[in-house]
Amino acid sequence: MTRPTDTGTNRTGLDTAPVQAREILQTVPEQHSEAVPGEQLEMARIRQSYMQDAEVIGTVPPPASMKGAATTAKEMLKGNKPSVFIDKLGERLAFERSGVRLYDAVLTKFDTVGSWDGGPSREELNHIRDEELAHFKMVTDAMERLGADPTSMTPSADLAAVESAGVMQAITDPRTSLPEALHALLIAERADVDGWSMLIDLAENAGQTGLADDFRKAHQREEEHARKVKNWVAGAISGDMARQLSGEQEQRSPRSS
Amino acid sequence: MALNIIDEKGTPLDQQRFTWRELTPAPISKLDDDAFTRVRVILMNGIEQEAVRFQHACARMNKELQGPLARVRRVDHHQQTLVNWLLSPDETPLEVTVAYEQVAIEVTAAVAQQEPDDYLAQVYRFGMLEDFDHLYRYSALLDRVEGKDANNITQSYTDITPGRPTEVEHRDPMDDLRHHYDRDTAAAITKLNALTIMAAEHQTRDYYMNVGPIFADPVARQLYAEIASIEEQHVTQYESIIDPGESWLEKWLLHEATEAYCYYSCMQQEDNPRIKAIWERMLDYELGQLHFVMDIYKDVEKRDPADMLPREIPEPIAFKSHREFVRRVLSQEVGLTARGADFVQSQDIAPDEASPQYREYYNRDGSPSSIVADGYIWQPGTELAERRAVH
Repeated sequence: MTRPTDTGTNRTGLDTAPVQAREILQTVPEQHSEAVPGEQLEMARIRQSYMQDAEVIGTVPPPASMKGAATTAKEMLKGNKPSVFIDKLGERLAFERSGVRLYDAVLTKFDTVGSWDGGPSREELNHIRDEELAHFKMVTDAMERLGADPTSMTPSADLAAVESAGVMQAITDPRTSLPEALHALLIAERADVDGWSMLIDLAENAGQTGLADDFRKAHQREEEHARKVKNWVAGAISGDMARQLSGEQEQRSPRSS
Repeated sequence: MALNIIDEKGTPLDQQRFTWRELTPAPISKLDDDAFTRVRVILMNGIEQEAVRFQHACARMNKELQGPLARVRRVDHHQQTLVNWLLSPDETPLEVTVAYEQVAIEVTAAVAQQEPDDYLAQVYRFGMLEDFDHLYRYSALLDRVEGKDANNITQSYTDITPGRPTEVEHRDPMDDLRHHYDRDTAAAITKLNALTIMAAEHQTRDYYMNVGPIFADPVARQLYAEIASIEEQHVTQYESIIDPGESWLEKWLLHEATEAYCYYSCMQQEDNPRIKAIWERMLDYELGQLHFVMDIYKDVEKRDPADMLPREIPEPIAFKSHREFVRRVLSQEVGLTARGADFVQSQDIAPDEASPQYREYYNRDGSPSSIVADGYIWQPGTELAERRAVH
């Protein structure tokens, strides 16, 4: 079975089509100036003019009860604008919820193609998946206690999904291997670690020490997730490399003997 | 041996069906498949889309044909699904756009060379030089927004240099209408060519209108808005070369023949065996549909449909690089524009005529296609790479 790291018929570069490549290279002038940095291009001015006129992507929804919101803000958030905290809570909630789906997709791939020596076990993947789900529920509870609506999509939640859209694409593509899917997952896990770290600071600033403690535990778990995923990916890559090198040696031996 | 579409009956219509699994096959490889496999996939999506579009319009105007149209159209819809789902999910909409322009260039170039009518060949060359410019503009966008080399998609088959600048392609609607072929005297291949290119351009217009708003970057949104407008002009141009005096049934028959011709062309040249088998199956389906419509035509119009169809299917569309032809046309005809249905040198158009006036207004805040490609020179590995010597 072909592995994605095998040499094949990739046709994207010039060297695989030397005749056509010679032709198209005739269109490249021998002398032309270096590329202008992007921010100095005319297109940057269009971008700037749109930025100047732009409105925000969206806003944080008001708490369900304005009275409750005032109380919440006063008693629980010690003068901080609650919407900043709610926005980032919404982001974590959405990210953890999507994280469960990412691991669901990885588990499906695992059940189909299996693992490798030093790769993840099903239990390990499932355990992380359950922790993502627990984190989702923890943030849901936190938002409810603060009078925020955990069913809403806050601006940071929306943008975090835009940022990680490619991760789901890479994982759910039937053609990607388990190591490739885990590589995509690593992006999400690394971002998640930093997301929790910032949320801890926000909770502490808001005087939410209980929540900050909960978030610290989640942060530790996410660091463990990121470490494990990174090790699996690194192990898979070095395993592939070792296999290729030993394969090459096997191929070389008969000729050299 | 050439295909005889009158004798070959294909798959009977009532045996043409799919499972959902069949409709969603494994995609082609963006990296490993030949660029012309993707060209064929995109072209055939456009051909099927046009088949569905035409049949809906026909049904809205012909109560008595609604039943047969519904039956054939359902299969066409599913054929389009199967074909379009061959595109792979690791291609961004902008990469697919680059591929759409490669289709527009290479297929129109092929058609321009096989077209026996000199005026219509000129129409195709005229449109081709505009799409050629679009490839350059979108390649600049791909490089400058996504940091990618468009030639990874086009695989060195198609030059990435300026054509007729998009900025001057904007014309008054009346300058996009052309003379049409005569249904009684035109060669069969002329009719197939016209439907093929009209279909390809119409799907391109629709694709840009769908994907344009998904870009966050304002420059990309502007560029899609601008080039979609040219594609609308191209649809206007290409639909006007088709004889409007053809009956609805005559047009339906020609649509079916065009589908068969295009699948035949694909099947003849496909080097991916899995995709070749799909083209073969689709060709058999189209032949079945063609004969289904031929029977209706006989019943309703009391004429022999064979009189209108080529007995042997014409030489296949040449799916290959037409670099030399494109370069020659570029050097000779880049300065052309249109006044009404005629092509003239752009310097012969006065500034107060309709198209310059039209352009002047639309470009008043700047032409996105000129801005995005300002100073852009394609080179392998993007404009950020070190220049590579010809070897």
